[in-house]
Order: sequence, then structure tokens, then C-alpha cells
Amino acid sequence: MFKNRFIKRLRTNKTSLVGLALVVFFLFVALGAPWLAPVHNKNNPYQMPQKSYAITPQPPSAQNWFGTTEQQYDLYYGVVWGARLAFQVGVTVTFFAFLIGLLVGAVAAYFGGKVDELLMRLTDIVFAVPSLVLAMVIAAMLGPDLKNMMIALTAVAWPSYARLIRGDILSVKRRDYVTAARTLGAGGTRILLRHILPNSIYPAVVVASLDIGYIVLTAASLSFLGLGAQPGTADWGQLIAMSRNWVLGTAQHPLAYWYTVVVPGAAIFLFVLGWNLLGDAFRDILDPRQV
Amino acid sequence: MFRYIVRRLLLLPVVVLGVTFLLFFLTQRLSPEMRASLYVKDPRQMGALEEVIRQYGLRDNVFKQYGRWLGQVAKGDLGYSPSANMPVSQALKEYLPATVQLALVTMILVVFFGVWFGVFSAVHKDKWQDSLARVVSVGGFSLPIFVLGLLLLMLFYGKLGWFAPGGYSFQTDLIIHGPSFKTYTGFLLVDALLNGNMRVFGDVLSHLVLPAVTLCIGSFALMVRVMRSSMLEELNKEYVRTARAKGLSPRQVVYKHAGKNAIIPVITLASIQFIRLLGGTVIVETIFDYPGIGRFGVMAAQQLDIAGILGFSLMVAVLFVLGNLLSDILYTAVDPRIRLE
Repeated sequence: MFKNRFIKRLRTNKTSLVGLALVVFFLFVALGAPWLAPVHNKNNPYQMPQKSYAITPQPPSAQNWFGTTEQQYDLYYGVVWGARLAFQVGVTVTFFAFLIGLLVGAVAAYFGGKVDELLMRLTDIVFAVPSLVLAMVIAAMLGPDLKNMMIALTAVAWPSYARLIRGDILSVKRRDYVTAARTLGAGGTRILLRHILPNSIYPAVVVASLDIGYIVLTAASLSFLGLGAQPGTADWGQLIAMSRNWVLGTAQHPLAYWYTVVVPGAAIFLFVLGWNLLGDAFRDILDPRQV
Repeated sequence: MFRYIVRRLLLLPVVVLGVTFLLFFLTQRLSPEMRASLYVKDPRQMGALEEVIRQYGLRDNVFKQYGRWLGQVAKGDLGYSPSANMPVSQALKEYLPATVQLALVTMILVVFFGVWFGVFSAVHKDKWQDSLARVVSVGGFSLPIFVLGLLLLMLFYGKLGWFAPGGYSFQTDLIIHGPSFKTYTGFLLVDALLNGNMRVFGDVLSHLVLPAVTLCIGSFALMVRVMRSSMLEELNKEYVRTARAKGLSPRQVVYKHAGKNAIIPVITLASIQFIRLLGGTVIVETIFDYPGIGRFGVMAAQQLDIAGILGFSLMVAVLFVLGNLLSDILYTAVDPRIRLE
């Protein structure tokens, strides 16, 4: 039923189709990165090629389709491999955050009482600081590095899933079929695994997967602040950070270095837009009350 | 209601202790030399590093150290911030008003344009104006603030030269730190008015335009949506039909009757968003080099200034929890159907 409603919604709403198209497009770019932009450094394909060490960015040309940014990093290579990195970061962080959230939420809901109280206060602590701020501080303490950035993002992302899953489980727990299973003599583990989890996880999985756009946005923000991947990594946030010095053009052309912001900016904008449009369609289905 | 507030206030120390302990625990990864800045009030003291390390037991176990740090914080001493070049408590006092000022101006923009756009799109439901408003708001929601900020900077500073980055111009800097300018509140806009100095007021306001517009973008989209759906709900009610039937102009019906009721959820949303803006200020203040608490936090994080990071996080956590409590209370005030338990 759910699937049919989604397909119907996609067909009737053009904006969600656009969202789907954008996400699929980026998925193709990410998967096809080795063909779209041949690897030049076999040990680390995410390392952007550097034409020279000259500082001034160069406009788009036959050799560098999207131009080069500060220190002659090729923007085309950066954008293409950046898409791959975006998916990698988004999927990894969402997966682990969801896993932790599922574990904590299930334990809290199932045991209730003191365990529940303790775990929920733990989520309160993470919610007490804006997620970007907390991720920033954790990433800084761990040291700027791609892996540490992902740890920081996971650390701030799991509590919302934990709460969501806990709430869902608590509501499913009271349903008639669970009581029926219990009266039939099913054990605690069996009820949790066979009846409660499958029925409460489903909406949460959808919500989580749609968060990929948001996670990538936060990751880009961290990279922008210099708390993400190592310099020279094909990372959208970092590419935009490198354009910060080129806001002022030359005297004749005030907008001479527009491409340093617009190229990576467009990539991340379209990526996040795609996920948001797609998310809209899902949210309408999950919560029909919203207009 | 009263019990709810008390319970939430009791939760405040738990949350703040949790956040600071978590971060304090992470600092243990760093060398005692780096952590010494937590206890040094002046960089000139730095000569005797080994002494500081021994005196404050920076090689003790985490809990002991954390307790000692808390004792210091209780006395109002948050250590010295090398990145801001002043004691942390002084830095917080100096930068916080600028951020609050920025968030307030942003919120005014968000509410004003959000309401206007929301009404506009509700009145023209399912016509092209509605689609336009929808596209603009979803687009705005997806545009990262650092991209928008840099684009605005390029256009309005680089090309047009209308607005400059920073918190105020060099001339204003001389005036406000001069002898004749009195500081009353720390909020430059208010102080400029109280001093009767319109040049300072104008200058500070013009430096607020770009950061505020940039910071707007995320909340704005949400505001338009809420206003639109709330307006649509009101427009379908009986009293609106009555108003129309007795011959009032569409304008009067929309603004005087439906609009007044539709704005209630927007007000509560605004109070919640105001707190959320604190997160965004981190990025915006960095882009525009705006001397607020967000930029202070980013610089502390980038330079691994531990005293700065801990002080900043402590402040943000307290503000955030109190702000959320306040918006919950406001919620019940605006909509009496909601009961806090």
C-alpha cells in the first residue's frame, strides 16, 4: 500500500519527480566518477589533481571545464568526486546513526523505567546544543580528518532516531496484535523481534534515509569551517571554503572569480534540493494531515 | 505548568554537566600543555607551563580534573582564550550581545517576509504565484547558508560595494571605543540610539543587512509554509464566509480577519526558530567576519583553544535549554489548549 501511494504521489507531483531525478543524477555521477573524471592518484582517488601551485583561480577552459580554484585544483574533478564523497559520508553516517538510534531506542522502550530515563537524558544532552555546534566542537577535538568528521556527525545524529524509534515502539507495544501474541504465549525476544520492531522500524527507516541530504549539508558546513577532510580532498564544502578569498574580483571585473563559488555551490544546492523535494513527497504520505 | 517548569529547570544542570563532561572527556586526548590554557588567566603566565600542569594536576584522572574545572567555573573563571586573546568570560560578555542583535534582526525579517509570502501564496492557492512561493521556499531551504553568504558578499560587497563585512566600520570602531560613547546595554544598535549617534546606528545596521538576510533563508522557508497552511485553514472557516457575505473587501477579510488568527502558529514558530538560529550564526558570522559568539566558537575550534571551546559550549547549552523552555511556555500562552506536563 505504502509503495503504491508513493508511486502515485510521484506521478501526480512534478516537484517530487524533479527531486527523484536530481538524486538519481547524482547517484550516477557518484558511481561513474572513475569514468567521468579519470583517477590520477591511484592511492587516493579523492585527492584532486593540481595543475600548479599558482594561487589565482583560472576560469573554465578546454582543459579545466569548470575552471580551477585556489592553487589550481580542478573544479570539475572536485565536483564529480565530491558527489561520490557526499554519498559515502551521507550513507555511512546515516547508517551508523540509525543503528545506534535503533539499539538505544529499542532498549529504552523495551525496558522502560530507569534504563529509559537514563538513555533519554543522554539524548537530551546531545539535543541541548545545536547539532552543527556540537559536531563542530567534537570534530575539532578529535582533529580535522574525514573519519573524525563522520564520527562527530554520527554522534549528533543518533539521538533523534533513538527518540523516534522509542516512540514508535511504545505505540506499537500497546496494539492489539502484540497483546494477542503475548496471550498466545510468545516470549519477550520473539515479540520484540517479530512483532514490534518490523512494525515500528519502517517509518523510521524512511525518515533516516531522507536525512542524507541534511547530513551532507552539515558535513559540508564542517568542511567549510576547516574541520573536515584533509586539504586537497574532493569535498564540496572545502571547495567552497577555498573560494572565500576570491569574493573580491579584479578592478575591471568585480565578479571575475564567480565560478569558484557557483560551481561547487550549485553541486551542493542541487544535491540537497533533490533530497528535500523527495523528502516532501514522503512526508506527505507519512503524515497526511500536513498541507 | 509550574511543575513542568521546575522539572525542566532541574534538568538544566544535568544537561549542562553532561555536555561539558562529554567535551572535557574529549580534551583528555590532548597534551597537558595544551590543556593548561584552561587555568591560565594571562599568557604571560605561560612561561611556567610545567608549574601550571603540576599545580592543576593536569595529569590526574578525568573526574578529578573535571571537578576542579567545575569549581573554577562556579567562581566565574573560565580560563584564558588564546584565539580571542582575552579571558573567556570577557570574550563571551563582549560577543554575545552582537549575536543576539543579529538573531533579533534576522527574526524580524523572517516573520515579516514569511507572513507576507505565506499569505500571498495562500490567497493565490494552486495558481502560479503559489507555485512560485513554493519553489522559492524549498529552494531557500536547500541553499546552504555559506553558499548564499558568499554569493551575496560577491554581489553586494565585491561588485556593488554597498555593504562591507565585519561588525562595523573603522570610523565606528574609533567612536564606540572613544571616550564620549557610553556603553549601556552592550547592544550596539541600542547604545547608538541612547547616545543619539545616528551615524553609528546606521553603520551598524548596514553591517547587519547581509548576515541577517543570509541567516534568514532556512527559517524563512519554514515560516512561509506554516503561514500558508494556517492561512488556508482560516480562510475556510465560517466567520470568513460571514465577513465576505457582509460585503467586506477581500483585503479586509484577508488581513483583518483571517490573518489575525492565522498568525498565531507563526509567532510560536518564530520563538523556536530564534533559538535554532544560534546554530546558523556559527557559519554566517564566520563568512561575514561578524564579531559575535559564533565566530568566537569557530575560531576556538579551529585553533583548538580548549578554554574557548568549553566556555562557548557551556554558554550555548545554557542559552539553548533556557530558550527552549521559554518557547514551550510561550506556546501555552498563545494556545491555551496545549498543556505542559
